[in-house]
Amino acid sequence: MALTLILILVLPLLGGAVIAVGHRHHSIGWVGVASNAGALALGIWVAVRVVRTGALTGAGGALRADALSAFMVVVIGAIALLASWLGIRTVGRELADGRCTQRRAATYGLLVQAFVAAMLLAVLAANVGMLWVAIEATTVVTTFLVGHRRTKGALEASWKYIVICSVGIALAFLGTVLVYLAAVHAGGHSAGALDWTSLMAHARHLDPSVLRLGFALVVLGYGTKVGLAPMHSWLPDAHSQAPAPISALMSGVLLTVAFYAILRFKAVTDLALGPGFSRTLLVTVGLLSLAVATSLLLAQRDYKRMLAYSSVEHMGLIALGAAAGIPLAIAAVLLHILGHGLTKSVLFLTSGEIMAAEETSRIDGVRSLLARRPALGGLFGVGLVALLGLPPFSLFASELLMARAEFQVGLGWAAVAAVAAMVVIFVAMVGHARHMLLGPATTTEALAPPPRWVAGPLVGALVVCGLIGVVAWPLSGLLHAAARVVVP
Amino acid sequence: MSGTSFSSPLTLAVGAVLVCAVTAVWLSSARSLIRVVALQGVALGVVALVLGVHQHDAGLIATAAVVLVIKAMAMPLLLTRASAGGVRGRESRPLVNVPASLVASAVLIVVAFASARGVAHFVGTTAGALVPVGVATLLIGFFVLVARRRPLSQMVGLLLVDNGIALVAFLCTAGVPFLIELGVSLDVLLGVVVLMVLAQRLRIEFGDLDLDELQELHD
Repeated sequence: MALTLILILVLPLLGGAVIAVGHRHHSIGWVGVASNAGALALGIWVAVRVVRTGALTGAGGALRADALSAFMVVVIGAIALLASWLGIRTVGRELADGRCTQRRAATYGLLVQAFVAAMLLAVLAANVGMLWVAIEATTVVTTFLVGHRRTKGALEASWKYIVICSVGIALAFLGTVLVYLAAVHAGGHSAGALDWTSLMAHARHLDPSVLRLGFALVVLGYGTKVGLAPMHSWLPDAHSQAPAPISALMSGVLLTVAFYAILRFKAVTDLALGPGFSRTLLVTVGLLSLAVATSLLLAQRDYKRMLAYSSVEHMGLIALGAAAGIPLAIAAVLLHILGHGLTKSVLFLTSGEIMAAEETSRIDGVRSLLARRPALGGLFGVGLVALLGLPPFSLFASELLMARAEFQVGLGWAAVAAVAAMVVIFVAMVGHARHMLLGPATTTEALAPPPRWVAGPLVGALVVCGLIGVVAWPLSGLLHAAARVVVP
Repeated sequence: MSGTSFSSPLTLAVGAVLVCAVTAVWLSSARSLIRVVALQGVALGVVALVLGVHQHDAGLIATAAVVLVIKAMAMPLLLTRASAGGVRGRESRPLVNVPASLVASAVLIVVAFASARGVAHFVGTTAGALVPVGVATLLIGFFVLVARRRPLSQMVGLLLVDNGIALVAFLCTAGVPFLIELGVSLDVLLGVVVLMVLAQRLRIEFGDLDLDELQELHD
């Protein structure tokens, strides 16, 4: 039992080690897929246990899985599985082209697995200090992954990424220190004072003014990694320059793992100060992110950057949902985290295939994709339909629920503003997609569709996203329990 | 927790951290910048050591050792490697010239003292009264980060931010628990290693550059 949580962390790392050692074997990438599938299976098992019997702890109290952690483990596991699967395709193509040596392919595999393990540690850490260490570790690991292609653009993106995110994460550390200061003064044990359980137990005795400053710094700091405006400027560069599986992991889960940290601190802050303070902060950054995303999506010329700015939009929506703060809102936010993670990864991975086939990331460089490459065009089109929040996909349900919660707590005006931004974004993205997808085929050459093992997992992820939107019951117990962690 | 035997070495070391930060603002040669970073690391280690000895806190004394090894020895070495082979030692076109930079740091110090008064009062100890110095170091680090456009200067700016926050942590709460501190130091060290490798690749790819010249990516 106690070993399960350790095993979830060790499995991906073990996979990475095997990849590094046996990198000469041509199908070694499947080891990473298998280890991530194992982590996902264990995550689902932990989620079932947690809903039935309450939180699990492990590693002498250093690890802890409540419903919120378990949910995030499942999201990370699912997207890691998808990204490492398609990673075999990406790396295989680079090896075949001679753009990548076997040694660099091995480094890539190892770093991806370390990246997954760091995210899992972030959501399983019982302690806010360890959470910080894990999230900073993701920055260090992903910088090399962003720069994997070693082009000028990739180098520029990775420099920007690590400098901006290091500053952000430093502010989050200052916020953590201030929360620790408040906790020590409130009589927490200095060794255990940074544990979630201890912070929640002492929340009502924490000094309000120190906590207010600490939480503001946490939102600003982790918000940088979430990609919330005005600290989002690294995001479109990093997400457009990274290899597709890395963009999928970063956009699909890394952003929301950082948001998970904000949710945890919000739970403590709301107990101590009431919901008003965190609501003001989150509504501000949420609306600002929506505004930035809207203005930059309108005239976007690059489809990978389009997907990146769409992530800024969705993080803004999630921030607004979290601002509402009632259990319904938090459950909807978590559902949105899962739905956005699945669809955005599918879109980034498909765009990687499109880019490899068409050799451009410019929107006006891709034409009549549905006629010429029906499989890729279809995946991209259906992914966009899901991302834009149309039924039956789960983003429709979660966006509706978030808006309803916002109306319930008197944030109706913010919900209306969000819907207005979403309508504009809808029109803009449909316009871009029309250029890329529609139109008659100009050549009659037969183009090979992606093989089944490549298209299969992408279709599968979209089907899951659709099923969750129609029948949410397998998740409702977990979502409800996780919302109760944030709003006890 | 007062008494001159404890407070004067502490004040001296804390003051040295700030002096190093201000010096980094106007220095431009790579070698002296790296020396200042090393000195600041030593001062920070002394702060942790003095506090640890005074409070009989073994964890904090161990932290002091980690700080001395990482910030006073490893970081300067990495910075030296990052700047090795650079043709040009100096900032060619600083966005803000030296006199203006010094005025800016003076303003930042005033801002730090005004804004951190509340926290200093809340901590309520001799060490706590010095918290604004940590905040000032942090703000000056930000300034270096945005006003200097050379990879090495930006790395120095990041380290100043980091040292400022570490100083605040020492003065507020005698540091975070040792295990966390170890993880944090390791992360920061790895981060600087990554920056060093990137700085070297940037030089190979672009030559000796100002970061303003990176213009590949935009909307």
